[in-house]
Amino acid sequence: MSDSVSMMPEHPPVTDWVNDFDHTDPRWTENPFPIWDELRNECPVVHTKRFLGCYLPTTYQAVKEIAYDTEHFSSRRVIVRDVRPEVTRNAAPPITSDPPEHKPAKQLLLPPFTPDAMKKLEPRVRAICNELIDEFIADGQCDAAARYTKHVPVRAIAHMLGIPEKDGDLFVKWIHMILELSIKNESMLVQAVQEMSAYFAGHIEHRKTHPTDDLISTLMKAKDKDGNPLDDSQVLGSLRLLLIAGIDTTWSAIGSSLWHLANTPADRDRLIAEPELMPSAIEEFLRAYSPVTMAREVMKETTISGCPVKPGNMVLLSFPAANRDPAMFPDADKVVIDRKENRHAAFGLGIHRCVGSNLARMEMTVAIEEWLKRIPDFKLDPAGKVTWSEGTVRGPRQLPVLFGKKN
Amino acid sequence: MSGKLKIRVDQDKCQGHARCKSLAPELFELDEFGNAHEVGDGSVPAGLEDKAWLAQTNCPEIAIEVQEE
Repeated sequence: MSDSVSMMPEHPPVTDWVNDFDHTDPRWTENPFPIWDELRNECPVVHTKRFLGCYLPTTYQAVKEIAYDTEHFSSRRVIVRDVRPEVTRNAAPPITSDPPEHKPAKQLLLPPFTPDAMKKLEPRVRAICNELIDEFIADGQCDAAARYTKHVPVRAIAHMLGIPEKDGDLFVKWIHMILELSIKNESMLVQAVQEMSAYFAGHIEHRKTHPTDDLISTLMKAKDKDGNPLDDSQVLGSLRLLLIAGIDTTWSAIGSSLWHLANTPADRDRLIAEPELMPSAIEEFLRAYSPVTMAREVMKETTISGCPVKPGNMVLLSFPAANRDPAMFPDADKVVIDRKENRHAAFGLGIHRCVGSNLARMEMTVAIEEWLKRIPDFKLDPAGKVTWSEGTVRGPRQLPVLFGKKN
Repeated sequence: MSGKLKIRVDQDKCQGHARCKSLAPELFELDEFGNAHEVGDGSVPAGLEDKAWLAQTNCPEIAIEVQEE
């Protein structure tokens, strides 16, 4: 789906990763790990002139320094694109907020996403997983990305928001436009945001006369730091954020975990025999296959890990590369499902820690547990092709697997 | 390690990753925003020392202090 746009002339194939990296290059999309290793050996922070100028920190230390430095690095733009869209149009607090606006915006969203709140949602997610598996288990094969890993977060977040789970296809379309297609085509961003806003405006309007006990109503009833209710545009912004941030990301995390387990029968068998390893395995999948790379915009000149960083440039804040830094993680390139020390940064570091991290962990755990219960033995389909998403969020978008009698 | 342990969550550093609560639910509690606090005065009951260290070594924000008394 992204191959055709990668061929556009402004993104020629990369020949010099150190001075001209491009996170939309097909080789990065397919297998970024050796590229990050090469760059990390060269310099903790590299630069490209592509995307109107962008830095890439590749060490855990450099990523951490930037994540904690909200004075020199702004979150007003969090996706690296060919263009710099006007900042106000796409504001989605708190992810696009800096201090002091950030904290009150984030505190509005935190209570519905605590681990206790997620426990209440867990039975529904378990049922969703089994409903999905019921649809394909008799076939002995499926595209796990299209039939399973995608729908778990879509249906879970729809359930939380109190909107029809069947509207999930719409969400997936908008998110693909915003996170992938818009890197090279700004009109996709505008169109998707307009459609999404119109969709949610209808749901907000309906709840003004028919209040519900779902997350949309919770946001409509929330008060800002001065005790005033949020206006419709603030509620819309939060809903856009939850949808954009809550679907591709967890889709990718569940998909990468299943891809690993399809490739690694020893880990699969061990997880089935020792289910108590599930929490550490989930953290290790999050470390080794972190799906999300956020961005920052340099506001003031500074140095990061000794490297000069100049305003006007973006920063690709690669938590995935940080999590593969051997200076931070012994055997960083190995997946160790019982890893004891694992301060991974898959959900970010500092004030922008992912609001939905507890939701993502719960969905990953339940989706892998239910899959392994029903389909303990599976492998990649040698006749199919695994494809990966491009850009901001990395995970399998086609994951053909065989199981049961076809395995 | 023979001495008693005492833990403390630095509220300026904690960002609510909740790794400690998952690894050592007996030692940490979360507030309404999901940020962690040590249970009681932070004294680690005998037998839970390993969990205290595990929580400390997995906190992404290095927000947990463990002291031997």
